[in-house]
Amino acid sequence: MSVTIPAPRSQRIDPKYKRGPKSRSSFEMLAWLFMRLSGVALIVLIFGHLISNLIVGDGINAISFGFVAGKWADPIWQFWDLAMLWLAMLHGTNGVRTIINDYAEKHSTRAWLKGILYVATIFIVVLGTLVIFTFDPCVAGSTLPQC
Amino acid sequence: MSKTSSGTLYRGHEGMWSWVGHRVTGVVIFLYLLVHVLDTALVRVDANAYNAVISTYQTPWMALGETGLVAAILFHAFNGLRLILVDFWKQGTKYQRQMLWGVMILWVVVFAGFAIRHLSLAFGGH
Repeated sequence: MSVTIPAPRSQRIDPKYKRGPKSRSSFEMLAWLFMRLSGVALIVLIFGHLISNLIVGDGINAISFGFVAGKWADPIWQFWDLAMLWLAMLHGTNGVRTIINDYAEKHSTRAWLKGILYVATIFIVVLGTLVIFTFDPCVAGSTLPQC
Repeated sequence: MSKTSSGTLYRGHEGMWSWVGHRVTGVVIFLYLLVHVLDTALVRVDANAYNAVISTYQTPWMALGETGLVAAILFHAFNGLRLILVDFWKQGTKYQRQMLWGVMILWVVVFAGFAIRHLSLAFGGH
C-alpha cells in the first residue's frame, strides 16, 4: 500500500526558494569591501572626533556655537567632518540595507523600507555637506568678536 | 534552549551573540547619527538655537545616554576589527572566539576610561 503525502497547506514559502537568478554584478562584493575599508577609516575619524569634542579640555561643557566655528575655521576639521559624514552615512545605510534584506521577506515591504532609507540618507548627506561648506560664523545670533 | 538548537556550531554561541551585538549597536549608532547631523545643522540657522539644543546634551541624564552611545561605538569598532581579521587573516576563523574575548577586554578598559572622564565632566567635577 502506497503512502500518500498531503500537499503542504502552509502558504509561506521559505525565502531561500524564491531567490531570483544569480546576479553577475559585483555590487555586493564591493559593498562588503566598502564596509571593511570605511570601518577602519571611521575608527580613526570617530575616535578623533570623540577625543577632540569630549575628552580634551572641558569636554562636552566646552561645546557651543563658538566651539564649532573655531573648529571649522580650520580646513582640516572641515575635511575631517565631511569625510566622517559621508563614510558614516554610507556605512550605516549599507548596514541597515543588509538588515532590511534579512528581515523583510515581502518584496514590496523591502522596496518600501529601502526607499525610505535612501531618501533619509540623501537628505542627511546633502544637508550635512551644505552645512559644512556654507557655514557662516556670523549667522543670526552669533556673538563672535569678528561679527 | 530547544533541542534543535543544541549541537550546532554557531547558534547560541559567541559568534552569534557578537553578530547580534554588532547589529544592535550598528542600528543605535545610525539612528543617533541621523539626529546628530540634524542638531548640528542648527549652526546654519541660528547660533542661539544651536546653543540651546547643545545645552540639553550637557545635562547629567543626557551624559548617561552619551556614555551608552560611546559604549555602543567602542564595541562596534573593536568587534569590527575582529570581523576584518576573521575575513582577511588566515587564522581568523580559528581564533575568532579568543579575539572576541580580546574585544571585550579592550572594550571594558577603553570604556571605563571614557566613562570616568565624561561623567566627571558632565556631573561637574574635573
